[in-house]
Amino acid sequence: MSRVEGARKAIEIVKLNKWFGQFHVLKDIDLTVREREIYVICGPSGSGKSTLIRCINQLEHHQEGDILVDGVLVEKGGKNQETIRRTTGMVFQQFNLFPHLTVLENCTLTPTLGLGMPRAEAEELAMFHLKRVGIEDQALKYPLQLSGGQQQRVAIARSLCTRPKIMLFDEPTSALDPEMIKEVLDVMVELADSGMTMICVTHEMGFARQVADKILFMDQGEIVESGPPGEFFLNPRYDRTEQFLSHIL
Amino acid sequence: MAATEQTGSRSSTERTGPGRLLYDATVRAIFLQALTAALVVGLFAWLIYNTMVNLQERNLSAGFGFLDVSAGFGISFTLIPYEEGDTYLRVFFVGIANTLLVAAVSIALATIIGLFVGLARLSDNWIVAKLSRAYIELLRNTPLLLQIIAWFFGVFNLLPRPRDSVVMAEAFVLNNRGFYMPAPVPELGFGYVMAAFVVALLGAIALYRWEDARRDRTGKSFPAISTGLAMIVLVPLVVHLALGRPLSWDPPVLQGFNFVGGVSVPPAFCALIVALSAYTSAFIAEIVRSGIQSVSKGQLEAAGALNLPPTWTLRRVILPQALRVIIPPLISQYLNITKNSSLAIAIGFPDLVSVWMNTSLNQSGRAIPIVAMTMAFYCLVSLTVSLVMNSYNRRVQIKER
Ligand SMILES: Nc1ncnc2c1ncn2[C@@H]1O[C@H](COP(=O)(O)OP(=O)(O)OP(=O)(O)O)[C@@H](O)[C@H]1O
Ligand SMILES: [Mg+2]
Repeated sequence: MSRVEGARKAIEIVKLNKWFGQFHVLKDIDLTVREREIYVICGPSGSGKSTLIRCINQLEHHQEGDILVDGVLVEKGGKNQETIRRTTGMVFQQFNLFPHLTVLENCTLTPTLGLGMPRAEAEELAMFHLKRVGIEDQALKYPLQLSGGQQQRVAIARSLCTRPKIMLFDEPTSALDPEMIKEVLDVMVELADSGMTMICVTHEMGFARQVADKILFMDQGEIVESGPPGEFFLNPRYDRTEQFLSHIL
Repeated sequence: MAATEQTGSRSSTERTGPGRLLYDATVRAIFLQALTAALVVGLFAWLIYNTMVNLQERNLSAGFGFLDVSAGFGISFTLIPYEEGDTYLRVFFVGIANTLLVAAVSIALATIIGLFVGLARLSDNWIVAKLSRAYIELLRNTPLLLQIIAWFFGVFNLLPRPRDSVVMAEAFVLNNRGFYMPAPVPELGFGYVMAAFVVALLGAIALYRWEDARRDRTGKSFPAISTGLAMIVLVPLVVHLALGRPLSWDPPVLQGFNFVGGVSVPPAFCALIVALSAYTSAFIAEIVRSGIQSVSKGQLEAAGALNLPPTWTLRRVILPQALRVIIPPLISQYLNITKNSSLAIAIGFPDLVSVWMNTSLNQSGRAIPIVAMTMAFYCLVSLTVSLVMNSYNRRVQIKER
């Protein structure tokens, strides 16, 4: 049935609970993402979408439940975060490029200093991915000399240079002007088509319809509804989902 | 040229002829600069003329001839050798050396204290953060002159007499005559130890460069910084031991009513150093804090998500961005220390202003050359530093559109 029937589990989350102090942000989250699957997460502001994907690559630490990333159990308190982060890449809403380094240096930083790659090889890898996102001619510029859309594409290339198996996107187009959204979404579609496993927090429903295997709707720390785009858009089962969709569509 | 432009603009309202020049941004900028320069030169010419006339009326001389004359007064503390019969020029250099000594020691102490207090201010520990906050606010918000006087009359002058001195580790002595510590006495062969140190230092730098190039080539890394530091410490140490320790220490010893031997600094020096470094450390702490906070959380998260190792995150992501914010105001604090050290005069420490602008001026009456030389010294220091600063800023500026 599914596009990826029988593929290995890339991410498995079981009964995940997280609190910020007294505040219960994530409540009993269960989620399985198989290799090459594309998941889109949407939901109102403050519903815990970012927190959920940040728990996967250990930018946040959870208190209860289990997270397995590429078959490796995430240890509490980030003890094996270095291992986990080897298989994940993340793209942020605010790009978070290093402003004092050129585009090329942004891309070669981890390959040379973290992965022990000779500079020449790292630069070749960086140019390959910069070409893939269509900005190889900006390699020697500094991030702030580029447009928002170009910066976000650099951020995607930079992440790909660490050779992740799973890409996490946290509202990658929310900080962009409308005319730049498409250039970033095009790159994400290409990435999805190339077989990357992706979890995208986004409200770009056109993108979801085009590539998502499943859409999750989150509200108040819970996954309220999930399903393939067809079902999800045509007959949402819950009022909250319907209300939300009527706002953003 | 300026005149033509002005007439031009008055005679025609159309943008033709010379009048149009006024609308050209570069021409206008050059014109304004020339006008400003003319005003400044004119003002100085007037000042100098006026001074000359006044000096002649009062029979004061602007010449530098007095510099060869014996100053004939004693100076209580001198870094470079000085005797009572030495010339005024010598006094000038004694003052400069003392001022630079105070500045150098205070800068070193203020930087270290400021760094720690600044980091403590960001601590997760509530008490540590509040204490450093209190330290900063207290020192920053009271006048420096008051602090210097308080340290001098309230602390260093009230210390016990030499016989009841506070002695630390049988080598460091503190009493109302000052602070005493053992003096290093280099013996035959110590030159080799110094040479070993220089060689180790150059070797460490070469090692660092070599490691950098090798990492680029092969991708393999190697702890060059810690190896280099170990070299700098161990190589001279081994040479020192091999040569039978060609450096001995001359400790201060109580003889009669006072300590002799060792090196000593007077209470005024101690008060000045403590006050200057404490006061300035409060500003430096704030500079360090704001520098670190200027690196956004997003930068750390990006480095984390990319799995960049923590030491490299510090060296390649945090420090370059934080230093860019920290260094310029830090240097201006260093300049402030140098200038503020002139408050030494309030507690009788013989810095440049005290021995030169005060004693020498009163005694010789050569106000103009003395004031000019003093200003020249402080200007020279400030200009040198700002030149260095500007080139640093140009190098590290973040390129934006
Ligand atoms: N470090 C934190 N400390 C305390 N509370 C936090 C922290 N981070 C997030 N929260 C809270 O947790 C809740 C979920 O935050 P999260 O950022 O995951 O929401 P989100 O669904 O991504 O929202 P948005 O669409 O605005 O990005 C919010 O109420 C937020 O205020
Ligand atoms: Mg969010």
